[in-house]
Amino acid sequence: MKEQPSFLDELEAEAIFVIREAYAQFERPTILFSGGKDSIVVSHLAQKAFAPAGIPFALVHVDTGHNFAETLEFRDRYVKQIGAELIVGSVQDSINRGTAQEEQGPLGNRNRIQSVTLLETIDRERIDCLMGGGRRDEEKARAKERFFSHRDAFGQWDPKNQRPELWNLFNGAKQPGEHFRVFPISNWTEMNVWHYIRQEGIELPSLYFAAPRQVIWRNGSWLPVSDFISLRAGEVPITKTIRFRTLGDITITGGIESDADTLDSVIAEVETLRQTERGNREDDKRSESSMEERKKQGYF
Amino acid sequence: MNVLRFTTAGSVDDGKSTLIGRLLYDSKSVFIDQLDAVAASSKRRGTELDLSLLTDGLKDEREQGITIDVAYRYFATPKRNFILADTPGHVQYTRNMVTGASTADAALILIDARHGVVEQTRRHSFIAGLLGLRAVVVCVNKMDLVDYREPAFTKVCEDFEALRKAAGLPEVHFVPLSALVGDNVVDASGRMPWYQGPTLLSLLEDLEPIEPAAASDFRFPVQLVIRPRTSEHHDFRGYAGRVAGGRIALGDFITVWPEGIEAVVNGIYLGSQKLQTASYGQSVVITLDRDVNVARTSVLSAGSQPKREASLKARLCWLDSKSHQPGLRYEFRAPGGQGQAMIAEVAKVLNLDTLEYELGDGSLGTNQIAEVVLRCAQAPTTEAYSDQRIMGGFVLVDPVRGATVAAGMIQ
Repeated sequence: MKEQPSFLDELEAEAIFVIREAYAQFERPTILFSGGKDSIVVSHLAQKAFAPAGIPFALVHVDTGHNFAETLEFRDRYVKQIGAELIVGSVQDSINRGTAQEEQGPLGNRNRIQSVTLLETIDRERIDCLMGGGRRDEEKARAKERFFSHRDAFGQWDPKNQRPELWNLFNGAKQPGEHFRVFPISNWTEMNVWHYIRQEGIELPSLYFAAPRQVIWRNGSWLPVSDFISLRAGEVPITKTIRFRTLGDITITGGIESDADTLDSVIAEVETLRQTERGNREDDKRSESSMEERKKQGYF
Repeated sequence: MNVLRFTTAGSVDDGKSTLIGRLLYDSKSVFIDQLDAVAASSKRRGTELDLSLLTDGLKDEREQGITIDVAYRYFATPKRNFILADTPGHVQYTRNMVTGASTADAALILIDARHGVVEQTRRHSFIAGLLGLRAVVVCVNKMDLVDYREPAFTKVCEDFEALRKAAGLPEVHFVPLSALVGDNVVDASGRMPWYQGPTLLSLLEDLEPIEPAAASDFRFPVQLVIRPRTSEHHDFRGYAGRVAGGRIALGDFITVWPEGIEAVVNGIYLGSQKLQTASYGQSVVITLDRDVNVARTSVLSAGSQPKREASLKARLCWLDSKSHQPGLRYEFRAPGGQGQAMIAEVAKVLNLDTLEYELGDGSLGTNQIAEVVLRCAQAPTTEAYSDQRIMGGFVLVDPVRGATVAAGMIQ
């Protein structure tokens, strides 16, 4: 037994506390599951929070239709393994219904319209709480998130009117139609997440590890070649050994050149990287406040 | 302690965001793309590299040039991890400072060397004392604008001394610095040879604020009951929560509140792992040797008996923009109880000019701090806030809007 709890132990205890609060305060709490490492860590913590009982949350996946094949395989295997219910919200269905419109132009992607599908899913499934792997160190607007983040009936975040959160008293009171986003690993950094994954032996999708992959160079990062992107003039697919630091829609998630093909080598690499992990996400580069704008509109 | 949670406070234009930017920049906690964004932004505004842009996250803040919400920052040195709650100094956002301070071990209070102790300094020091922060570091900033002269620093230290006593701050440190230039933030300054003390960062690395709850009697407010109802764990009934005070071991006697019934701890779990003990801050599941009525907000205790009173004397900080009027009812929320409550009496209201509690008219407005008597429909299980922060803190929630309207500390 360790006498002095480590920083990771403290972060874990805090996250477990928050997850239990979400369960206690909401009627239909769920986990927003992207297949990325942060939502995998939240799911792992949720299992730990309720053991020896099973995980009492459904996992919600917003499917843009532009997926890495590995993400879907991992998702299906993972929900089976932990015995959770899976709820899928399909962006393609929203487009077909006409509630979401595909962005036009060469920079168009499905990142923004995910919010539409997410809100439709919340409505359909009567979800009143979505737990996510958002961390305050990711981005400037996220640095101001509460653990329990209130969303109005339109799914909007009002950063200037957030409820004060004192000690560990989280206020999940809401009006009908409103919901909450809950962020159990708010206080974790990217480094903490990686160290925790190693400590707990958590399995990750192979995309996080370096392997030869077909890519093109676009907007300062290596974009994977897939059926969902069209090559522009001058773009030539080549094979590079790359890995991904975050996993999102395949059309906008750029990889980095790397030889790190094991957990230890990834951790060693992250320790020396001097670029924040969202730096390779095309969606955040549009303007100085793009994340804030999307969050106000209901983006996770 | 390998993590320090601290909060920052200052008036508008004290240079707080610059100080934090400097702390992150000089401790090499800023990533290249963040720095690129700040450099580009500074250039568009026609200024030199403006480090305050590193922390001023929201669009409105960048436009108004002030910080309007709590922003959390993370950095680490080889010695320690830091979690920083950067809170606004602007008067109408005091509730955010209260929020930031409630989870902090220590506070940085910024003072402009040219202006000395001002009303906001008093307000922030009182909040730091009220929320039971163990240590305060007074950063006397903008020393470059007073030609690095010692008397400007000494004057602040002397003026703060009176405030320290009135605010009830146990441990206070002073550092003369310039966030803009970088003197004494991470690197020692050669421009103030009269100052022999540590730089701000090295002070923060060595600060060891004492948390009284860690050494106090065992308190475990229950969040929920775990009943797997599986064949493997057919009769398992565990109580999930986070230890709010002291420590417990297998075989220890505890008392379950509100019933006041004794039982023996026969299991402590973290996930599938069986533990021998659980200490302050740990989230665990506890099982008992007999069937007792335990639910959310029940408290398991050992040692002294917890406070069990429906009528509570408390200090209250009013957070909401809507004022309190006599007769209004609220929902009381604390780890050891939840239910209807009313403010039976606003005994005294703090006058921030004189630092004295004075008679009020029974109402309470935003940012006001008062001594009140609270009447709860059912007696919660609590402690004096000065002994245990978690068991002694509560919030009041507006039952209609759901807003958190006040934060309270039980006396």
